[in-house]
Amino acid sequence: MKEFKILAIIVALVGITYYGIEPYAHHVMHPEVKAADFTFGDLKNVDTSLAGNIDNGKALVEANCIACHSIEKAGHPQIMSNADAAAAYGVVPPDLSSSGRIYDKNYLANFIFDPVSAMHLSHKYPVGGAKAFSMPAYNWMKPQEIMDVVAYLQSIAPKVAGKDAHKETFADACGRCHSMGYAKFEATTSKEAIKTYMGASAPDLSQHIKSRKEHFLHSFINDPQLLLAGTSMPRVGLSEKAQEEVIAYMEEVGDSKKAERESVGLWVMLYTFVFAILAYLWKRKIWSGLH
Amino acid sequence: MAEFKPANSAYEWFDQRLGIDKFLKVMMTEYWIPKNINFLWAMGVLLSVMFTILVVSGIFLLMYYKPDVNMAFDSVNYTIMQEVGYGWLFRHIHAVGASIVFLVIYIHMFTGIYYGSYKKGREIIWISGMLLFVLFSAEGFSGYMLPWGQMSYWAAYVITEIFGGIPLIGGDLVVWIRGNFYVSDSTLTRFFMLHVLLVPLAIIGAIVLHFYALRFPHVNNEAGEFFDFDKEAQKYLAGDKKSSKVVPFWPVFLSKDFFVLGFFLLFFFYLVFFHYDFAMDPVNFDKADGLKTPAHIYPEWYFLWSYEVLRGFFFEIAGISGKALGLMAFAVAQGVFFVLPWLDRSPMVKPANQRPYFKYWFWLLVVDMIVLTVYGKLPPTGANAWVGFASSMTFLLLFVTLPFITRAEAKKVGGK
Ligand code: HEC
Ligand code: HEC
Ligand code: HEM
Repeated sequence: MKEFKILAIIVALVGITYYGIEPYAHHVMHPEVKAADFTFGDLKNVDTSLAGNIDNGKALVEANCIACHSIEKAGHPQIMSNADAAAAYGVVPPDLSSSGRIYDKNYLANFIFDPVSAMHLSHKYPVGGAKAFSMPAYNWMKPQEIMDVVAYLQSIAPKVAGKDAHKETFADACGRCHSMGYAKFEATTSKEAIKTYMGASAPDLSQHIKSRKEHFLHSFINDPQLLLAGTSMPRVGLSEKAQEEVIAYMEEVGDSKKAERESVGLWVMLYTFVFAILAYLWKRKIWSGLH
Repeated sequence: MAEFKPANSAYEWFDQRLGIDKFLKVMMTEYWIPKNINFLWAMGVLLSVMFTILVVSGIFLLMYYKPDVNMAFDSVNYTIMQEVGYGWLFRHIHAVGASIVFLVIYIHMFTGIYYGSYKKGREIIWISGMLLFVLFSAEGFSGYMLPWGQMSYWAAYVITEIFGGIPLIGGDLVVWIRGNFYVSDSTLTRFFMLHVLLVPLAIIGAIVLHFYALRFPHVNNEAGEFFDFDKEAQKYLAGDKKSSKVVPFWPVFLSKDFFVLGFFLLFFFYLVFFHYDFAMDPVNFDKADGLKTPAHIYPEWYFLWSYEVLRGFFFEIAGISGKALGLMAFAVAQGVFFVLPWLDRSPMVKPANQRPYFKYWFWLLVVDMIVLTVYGKLPPTGANAWVGFASSMTFLLLFVTLPFITRAEAKKVGGK
């Protein structure tokens, strides 16, 4: 009984200390931020209830977008090398094949209407400022036309699932800026070009699943400004599902042994438990003659 | 020259040459430990096991680790964690083990303090124990630098910078420790040497001394009772095991330790596989970048209390800068436990709770060290800074007043 009392005191003291230096300190250093909003409710320029016309959307995209963007899935290859594209636009414009799948519909429509406000980059590109954003705003288009473009992009987006989807979403959404060294994935835009374009280097994301953790990424990707006020990293506008795919990819690359760790862990603990029980029985046998 | 008869068995052949029988008796079956002990007396064996686990897992890590600022991070986080079969397992065991060993050390130390096991002949046990504490601290600090993450770099930067506060030689000392003006490749390679060679060697030496120092004064017991070990051992050997106050190290003492070890390892492995962030700080999975200071820099948890004693003095007192005061307090904190046997002027060897005054001192110390640890991690702003100051002062005052408290206690109990 006495030994249990001692154990209880130690557990209590260790528990209090642990609470102070881990959950509590973490809470002080990283205050909670607003919950992630996957409806992008702050964007209201385009009426997204309008039904889009795919054929008209196709015509609009071919007239407006493929000068800069490739759309491999619709037969529009990239017309410049990555280096030339980065030199021309600052950053290599992403391929739009999967845009209809990975971006939230409301975000995508409002992004086309005005990229800067959708990306939460007005602090870098103020209205009437000296620097113009690399992609023009299509605020001259009628809401119906924008929804046509969106409908078209949604119609061509290939259906992929599983690990292929994880990787593709990462490449299309983040791959113009971020590398993933541990998966031998290199950003399409060179490091130096990104630095010139954004005023900050985009870090290699191989270990960010470990250094930032899922909880942080969940809010950060949804809106970087919430956690890193004033950062040049844009809000990318992924749907909840696409964001989960990106995080899954970061985990597959950055913590590839997770499944093994968890299954080995259970076996080791089971084995140790058996050892502990046997040790207890042996101890009882040996000490029984002593008291 | 001794006379050697032909041996009848392989065992006998070795026994003739190495005295195995005698050796096992002296070290195991007739090494006497008091019977009246609880599971806290298993901590020493737990520490021996943890040290072995650290050495073994460390050897595996050493096969792939590269001590070079350009390669260290990836050799750990990619090669070891993801490419090499079960490399992650060794890293997790090593990192969590290095953290948990300090938990056990602190329990072991405070057990010693609680039961008064540092005086009346046990001074060398205590001092060699403190030496182990210092060496383990050096081992932990040097090891934390090796993955070359952000916290490796910045904790190393902040802690080596502390030495810069020493008058006259401070600046040169920092450069001497770092091998450069800033934390750099030469810092990494020398701490690598310390971590894998010099400090472990010194630890092994100190463990030998610690164990040797236990032989003559013998291990203390739950009641702090002094008795004649030889007489009690005779009783045990004569078969009167029930009334004998001692038990042999093997198998009796160790059977209990194995039982404690079993449940301890269950907890340890749970942490290794499922709850390791406290020992493998997420910030350290960002590669070291000397141009990008992290928002919060803190050392590993087991250094927090002394780090807070350093930070606690943040303003000038009597013309001495807060930085200098903090450094002095820090120096005192590092050394003061060594002289505990002489600060405690009471002859009582009893559990703290049976000592009229010491019990208050003991529990206040425990609470104060916990407060220091927690506030050592929190940002030192606003009220936190004052809590830090108050708890640092309390820490120092506790040790200043200990001789007086214990002398009063000695008077009260009449020298018993
Ligand atoms: C002048 C070249 C140019 C034109 C024309 C252009 N874009 Fe872009 N677009 C870019 C660049 C450059 C980026 C990358 C900007 C960045 O990340 O800073 C981009 C990014 C995008 C993105 C990614 C948005 C995100 O949240 O990551 C989408 C979707 C997109 N464009 C769609 C379109 C559509 C649809 C059109 C036609 C209506 C179009 N773009 C026309 C240059 C262009
Ligand atoms: C247009 C370029 C660009 C795109 C696209 C982009 N990022 Fe970033 N990202 C950056 C830059 C630049 C930084 C550095 C920001 C800073 O230091 O302020 C950054 C920083 C980050 C960080 C580190 C934040 C921190 O705490 O330091 C993470 C994580 C991240 N990005 C994830 C992503 C993910 C996931 C995607 C795709 C869904 C993505 N980024 C898309 C440019 C980009
Ligand atoms: C880190 C490596 C260490 C190892 C491997 C170790 C090992 C041991 C062992 C096996 C014992 C005997 C059984 C027991 O009481 O647990 C012991 C006793 C003791 N140790 Fe340690 N120890 C270590 C560190 C320390 C430290 C840091 C201190 C404190 C300064 C310390 C102080 C003591 C004392 C006072 C005793 C005697 C306990 C008694 O008589 O009841 N040891 N140690």
